[in-house]
Amino acid sequence: MARASRVSVVFRGLWRVPQVLWSCTRRTTSFVMRRTQERPWLFFVGPALLILGFFLVYPSVATVWRSFYGRGATLFGDIRYVGLDNWRYVFTHPTMTGALRNNALWVGVFTMTTVGLGTALAVLLDRVRYERILKSVIFVPAAISYVGASVIWRFMYAYRPAGMPQIGVLNALVVALGGEPQGWLLLRPWVNNLLLIVVAIWIWTGFCMVIMSAAYKNIPKQLLEASRIDGANEWQTFRKVILPLLWPTATVVGVTMVVQVLKTFDVVYVMTNGAFETEVVANRMYKEMFNFRNYGRASAIAVALFLFLVPFMVVNVRRFTGQGGAR
Amino acid sequence: MNPTKLLGRFPIHVFLLVIAFVWVVPTLGLLITSFRTPGEIVTSGWWTTIPRLYDVSQFTLQNYHSVLTREGLGLAFRNSLFISVPSTLISVIVASLAAYGFAWLKFRGRKALFLLVVALMVVPMHVTFIPVITAFRRIGLGGTYPGIWLAHTAYGLPLTTFLMHSFISGIPKELFDSAAIDGSSPLSTFWRIVMPISVPALASVFIFQFLWIWNDLLVALVFVGATPDVAPLTVAVANLVTNRGQNWELLTAAAFITMVLPVFVFFSLQRYFVRGILAGSVKG
Repeated sequence: MARASRVSVVFRGLWRVPQVLWSCTRRTTSFVMRRTQERPWLFFVGPALLILGFFLVYPSVATVWRSFYGRGATLFGDIRYVGLDNWRYVFTHPTMTGALRNNALWVGVFTMTTVGLGTALAVLLDRVRYERILKSVIFVPAAISYVGASVIWRFMYAYRPAGMPQIGVLNALVVALGGEPQGWLLLRPWVNNLLLIVVAIWIWTGFCMVIMSAAYKNIPKQLLEASRIDGANEWQTFRKVILPLLWPTATVVGVTMVVQVLKTFDVVYVMTNGAFETEVVANRMYKEMFNFRNYGRASAIAVALFLFLVPFMVVNVRRFTGQGGAR
Repeated sequence: MNPTKLLGRFPIHVFLLVIAFVWVVPTLGLLITSFRTPGEIVTSGWWTTIPRLYDVSQFTLQNYHSVLTREGLGLAFRNSLFISVPSTLISVIVASLAAYGFAWLKFRGRKALFLLVVALMVVPMHVTFIPVITAFRRIGLGGTYPGIWLAHTAYGLPLTTFLMHSFISGIPKELFDSAAIDGSSPLSTFWRIVMPISVPALASVFIFQFLWIWNDLLVALVFVGATPDVAPLTVAVANLVTNRGQNWELLTAAAFITMVLPVFVFFSLQRYFVRGILAGSVKG
């Protein structure tokens, strides 16, 4: 019985698809056939445009519109126009201001550390013989999920009361050095937020290192030689020659990191779900949408996130399409 | 190397050693713990096993057996495959078709439409969830494979189309000219010329997109999170953390199961992966 219903749940959607497709197809086949013969491009770009229209263009407009309407888990029916209420909530409610503060902390600490550490590693690893192996080790986390990494680090931070054997590495170190074990993720608001950010740093530093390393190895070695012959020490060479040359790449990587981290969700969802003042914007949006069924607020939060992202994404997209930017 | 230089480099080695520790220890702890019995996990730190790692009798496969069967991760692993592979295939196909159309077919508004597609990278998926799940509820796609296939395809499409376009538009024009002279239709040109030439780009985009979808939590939660028969590994493990947050024997084994495939892909196809992740880092 349970088995049968499970199967039906899974396949309900599967048989719907051909059904929907068939009814659409019947009506449009002759039209499309005629069109694709005159206009083959429609066959090629049509599917992409249809999908993007349905999943990105229409929803963006609808969400902006919905952000001016009240609570309820419907898009159109049974909702009340509330003007700027949801927007007031986004920027003034303590829960949201706390989330915005945390997002700012994530952006600052995460971006500085990943780009800074990535650059330092790129330059330092170039001077040692175990470069390849250590690079692989640092880069591997880029392939694993935030969920997996969150479990890994949750175990690192595991807490057991004083006197019991500690099973988390962090508390074991603290106890070995003569300190008291801590429930790290409860230490609001700074320690726990920083420890969540560490998880994301652990994942992304390898990425920054790989790009910065590619940029560093592109610097002509004669430049560094010349600087040393002129009597500059290693630090001066780094400050005056290497760093200015790496700067454009570092900005590009930094913008990419900001875009990543503004949308941060998984680590917080898995490790604390926003408790103990660790809430972030994306997690709050998810809660308003699914836990509180308040589509109005969820829409406003999503659009706010969109607005924060725009300036950074514009830089990135412009670089992509070769209309300026740093490279 | 003279002694002073060796001494001067000492701090560098110490720094790199510390870094290596921070990157290795967490994963190593996870791996070892996943093979220990629940009783031993809570009575001694996993690092105490290191001096006697050779003693295999202290380890067990029971945790993996438990999570894969009783906790439903076997099903979730299958679901992850059923989600990632078709989603990736569909998005690569749709993106390649569009990229060829935008790069080589002549039609009005071609430039503007392509710019629109690329500009959609700016839109974060969060903005789209509410209207899309509402529409899915109406047409019965919520909590189904086809629903999440299409969602993943759509969210990756601006980037994948752009990446394929930058490769396909670089194919020499002469190839298309001679194909046209031979009377090849656009579709057969696409199949016989564009696709075979684009294999390296296809591989990069495929791997990157696959890993992205495999590791995704948010899209899965939103579209199939409430349907355990479709939900992927990431959702299953997140639920496991909520329900059995102190059962480290289960959590560590479960986390390791989520990592096996992506890490394997990473090591076997590192070259393509690097290219993909470099390009993919701006995904909205």
